[in-house]
Amino acid sequence: MAIVETPAVSENELGELWEDAPGLPGFFSTVDHKRIGMRYIYTCFFFFFLAGLMALVMRAQLAQPDAKVVGPQLFNELFTMHGVTMIFLFNTPVLAGFGNYLIPLQIGTRDMAFPRLNAFSYWVFLLGGIFMYSSFLFGMPDGGWFGSSPLVGKTFSPGLNIDFWGLGIVFTGLSTTVGSMNFIVTIFKLRAPGMSLNRMPIFVWSMLVFSFMAIFAVPAVTLATGLNELDRLFGTSFFVPALGGSALLYQHLFWFWGHPEVYILFVPATGMISQIVPAFSGRPLSGYLWVAGSLVTVGFISFGVWVHHMFATGMPAVAMAFFSGVSLIITLPSGVQFFAWIATMWKGRVRLTTPMLFAIGFLLIFLLGGITGVMVAVLPFDWQVTDSYFVVAHLHYVLNGAVVFPIFGAIYYWMPKMTGRMLNEKLGKLSFWVMFVGFNITFFPMHILGFLGMPRRIYTYDNGLGWAGLNAMVSIGSAIFGLGTAITLFNWIWSRRRGVAAGDDPWDADSLEWSTTSPPPHYNFAAIPLVASRHPLWDQRPLPFAESGDEPETSGLGIEGAIERETPVTSGIDTRPEGNLQIPHETYLPFVVALGLSVLFVGLLVQAVAVGAAGVALAVVAAWWWAWRTEEDLAPPDVEADAPVRDDVPAGAPAGAGPEPGDGAG
Amino acid sequence: MTAPTATVTPGVTRPATRRSYPTAWWGMAVVIMTEAMVFAILLASYLFLRAASKQWPLGDIEVPDLKFALPFSFVLWGSSLPIFWAEASIRNGHVGRMKTGLLISFVMGLSFFAFTLYDFNELHFGWRTNAYGSIYYTIVGLHALHVFLGLGINLVVQLKAWLGRYDRGRYASAEVFFLYWHFVDFVWLAVFPILFLSPHIR
Amino acid sequence: MGLVVALAAGCSGDPPSMLDARAGEARRIAGVWWLMFALATIVYVVVAAFIVVAVVRGRRETAGQKAGPERPSERGDGPKDDTFIWFGGIVAPVIILGVLAVVTVNTTGVLRKQQQGELRIQVVGKRWWWDVRYPEDRVTTAAEIHIPVGRPVDIELTSDNVIHSFWVPQLAGKLDTIPGQVNHLRLRATEAGAFRGECAEYCGIQHAHMSLVVIAEPPVDFDRWMIRRRGGAGLAPTSELAARGQVVFTREACAGCHTIRGTQATGTVGPDLSDFGSRRWIGSVTVANTAANLARWIADPESIKPGNLMPPTSLSSDDRDAIAAYLEGLK
Repeated sequence: MAIVETPAVSENELGELWEDAPGLPGFFSTVDHKRIGMRYIYTCFFFFFLAGLMALVMRAQLAQPDAKVVGPQLFNELFTMHGVTMIFLFNTPVLAGFGNYLIPLQIGTRDMAFPRLNAFSYWVFLLGGIFMYSSFLFGMPDGGWFGSSPLVGKTFSPGLNIDFWGLGIVFTGLSTTVGSMNFIVTIFKLRAPGMSLNRMPIFVWSMLVFSFMAIFAVPAVTLATGLNELDRLFGTSFFVPALGGSALLYQHLFWFWGHPEVYILFVPATGMISQIVPAFSGRPLSGYLWVAGSLVTVGFISFGVWVHHMFATGMPAVAMAFFSGVSLIITLPSGVQFFAWIATMWKGRVRLTTPMLFAIGFLLIFLLGGITGVMVAVLPFDWQVTDSYFVVAHLHYVLNGAVVFPIFGAIYYWMPKMTGRMLNEKLGKLSFWVMFVGFNITFFPMHILGFLGMPRRIYTYDNGLGWAGLNAMVSIGSAIFGLGTAITLFNWIWSRRRGVAAGDDPWDADSLEWSTTSPPPHYNFAAIPLVASRHPLWDQRPLPFAESGDEPETSGLGIEGAIERETPVTSGIDTRPEGNLQIPHETYLPFVVALGLSVLFVGLLVQAVAVGAAGVALAVVAAWWWAWRTEEDLAPPDVEADAPVRDDVPAGAPAGAGPEPGDGAG
Repeated sequence: MTAPTATVTPGVTRPATRRSYPTAWWGMAVVIMTEAMVFAILLASYLFLRAASKQWPLGDIEVPDLKFALPFSFVLWGSSLPIFWAEASIRNGHVGRMKTGLLISFVMGLSFFAFTLYDFNELHFGWRTNAYGSIYYTIVGLHALHVFLGLGINLVVQLKAWLGRYDRGRYASAEVFFLYWHFVDFVWLAVFPILFLSPHIR
Repeated sequence: MGLVVALAAGCSGDPPSMLDARAGEARRIAGVWWLMFALATIVYVVVAAFIVVAVVRGRRETAGQKAGPERPSERGDGPKDDTFIWFGGIVAPVIILGVLAVVTVNTTGVLRKQQQGELRIQVVGKRWWWDVRYPEDRVTTAAEIHIPVGRPVDIELTSDNVIHSFWVPQLAGKLDTIPGQVNHLRLRATEAGAFRGECAEYCGIQHAHMSLVVIAEPPVDFDRWMIRRRGGAGLAPTSELAARGQVVFTREACAGCHTIRGTQATGTVGPDLSDFGSRRWIGSVTVANTAANLARWIADPESIKPGNLMPPTSLSSDDRDAIAAYLEGLK
């Protein structure tokens, strides 16, 4: 296969072909995975800081015994919304955001497999978040983030607030599912020629596992909260013991998603670490296949441990012992990854940049979170510590320490690519140390509080119980931790304007996203890179780019593909070119469908048939239009040559108007 | 972007030899995975509720009647056959035969859907009656919704076929629909034995 | 865990620590903890040392060199990559997990076993208090559970509302109270004392004030208490004021929700008050049982336990004092 010489069009002209309309029309209609990815990240961090503020209010209340900062009702709403926000509106979607931004760049393609669905999943996420937070006006959900039947049933929680929670989870679950579908097909079908499965960056592996886990786990939470909503709104009795329902069924359904969810969050976080550690150790990741294998193994095993969240429900000991055993075994793949990182650093030359500091901080924190994770898998010990502050400590070591720290590391690592500017290293290191110290002051004492008998989710406690000193310490720590995150927020805003220009590859890293400009052009790669190594930027110097071939299958590889707004489709395992995928133009349809669905959910919430029907109608009409226009993009490869010549130049972006009508038969 | 220079990467861009499914087909395959999980979990919930009850169906509800359910189940499963035929036809460029296959399948699917509505109408319990009623209506209803959706998509595909938007090798959306319809039939292979047959075994 | 002791000592009060075990189950679990703590400390120190050495080693080597573009910049010496993974990621964890698995199975096997001569106690989780019944003796009380030291106790846990969880850290692990299901928590106190417990499953607005106390007494004391309760001692008003209180109590709304044995008050919505005067706490261990607190509670329960299900009363202060005198006399 020949290699490209000079492009036939200038990069400016190419850029114009791919550019969104300016202003609001472009904002609502873009399908560019990078814009959508950034949007995810910005939105998620908005929710992150919101949830953080809620945590600070809770800590102010708990700083001393019998405090009156907030009352019990507001406190219960705060810890519910804190959990809901962190799980459903920050951790899960922010990882999807990074996946959105990075996967097409890392696998060497020009966009996602379904760019419009990609926009759709963002809009659903955003509208879902707004939906949940609009409960602020009526009283926020107060059933705890995972709820518990019958507490979240109509009898004991008659208010609308629980419906905001239940319907909101169903709604945002849709976003996760659709996003995951998109990742799976993108990763399997759009990888650059030569990037066989065993050459994919570990982050791509981790997002693949994330997606498969989400595909199989999310239905469970959708059903847990969805069936609960049926009970609440339509009078069914799934979880009503008096009518043959079962309160425990709710817990089984919820945790069948809930535990995989922990790994859904954790796996991509380790994927980020597996990118950062080798980059700053200056050598390939140790045991690549071990690590990739660990991620896949974790994905499978995580579906067999949910019952360890229910050890106190009085199940037969034999059943619990089984789940206790599986919960111990799931430690092994994480141990393998851990020592792969250690070996990588041990044998490399470590550069202590900010991302690397966050990675090392992650290692030290996750080590403890992992150890306490093993402890709670031990059945009798779990009887003592479950639902106590010990578990609050454990879950924050895992979900805050071992997920949020890698995400902060990833911000420092990839922001130069996303914005073209470096974040300030001094502020970054300061932010890390403040966060690290604050984190441990906040969450370490919680282990001890658990031993001392403090249950989770209490809004106050007696002075005579001996919990006051440690609680005061925790509250001080939380303020320090909050300050640390604020430093990064400031750093981002400051560096956005004043940061040092990054250049293509500021870190001397190995994966494909560093081969294009920072920020990347709309089309990512004018010509698709040809991959012959697991570390293309280290081993293939200079990196070769493809040239379009004469066959229909290879016509999109070179710059001609970018001109045609195409990206090559390759075979799932060995990445042979199979044809081209037409990248759709900007469109409002994803937004309209998402809007229709949110109207439906509002209709369900207020039990107004007309509103619900209007929402369905809007969504169906828009989806129908979408499907009708779609034939062009679906053309299978083997007739590309026979297909009539198409005129793909857009008929002018409609400003404010609806989408342009379908272009009839091909 | 730095100007690339030649390095030998032998063979990586040699085209695949076999005909491949479009990305949308793979997308539908993933949708089916998650949908299959929805049904699997619902059926597991059915069995969970059943295991937790002393009596099943609960509250003296009669076991499902098989007089119509059995034959119409075969009608639904059979509706996959014309789809196989339609698929083979369009692969060879016979749009007319595909239209016929779609139409036959549509009629079979519609008759099954009509049966479901009739069945709901005949039942002596509602979803509010007890947990058995809730889970029965939810599973059968959700499946019926999938059949209804499938019938709608079938119509769209037929319309596209009449408008001449398909030809040999150019039928991606039809292919996606074929896969979906097989799934709808396949789900009933799991739902029917558990919901309709198993209560007869005591 | 010197830190625990040091920090706990710095706090006021005497925390109900699961490590300060006063019954067999809690003691065994504390033993499991100390074993795990020892293992965990070793693992943490060793692995953290690996991390630190790995980082420092790499730094030292870098000092003289420029991080150049030449790849790979691997150091040739040291153990192979796979050696780390095999020993750190597979062999060592398998050994440790094996030990823990054996410990788990052994410990679980001996806990919560049915025993001869158990005292049955039925505990129902309410919103937000505990209904306590001794079925063999037909005695009912609330939130304060008397048990004899040394005798096995079978606590039958259930709920008629939402899920709660029964947790007395010094005696045993948690067990949920679940509607439509009876769970058996079996324990045997080895020492006398009053052991504080909490509801551990979030159950609504006053989850924080759903505490309980298990009072383990020498069998003689327990029997004396039980005989007194069983015989309905102390139910007669002890003074003129108290007698008026009894009249007001049964006349007003109080009787609709509360039961006092031997009177017309037979409500079952709120806790049984037949032994109220002998209890140490009001409101499921929310405030100490004093006359002043009781008067405040009767007047406006909201001010003490916001969101609780007892409605405020519109009694005159005389009536309130009378009721308080009556209730405090029930011992």
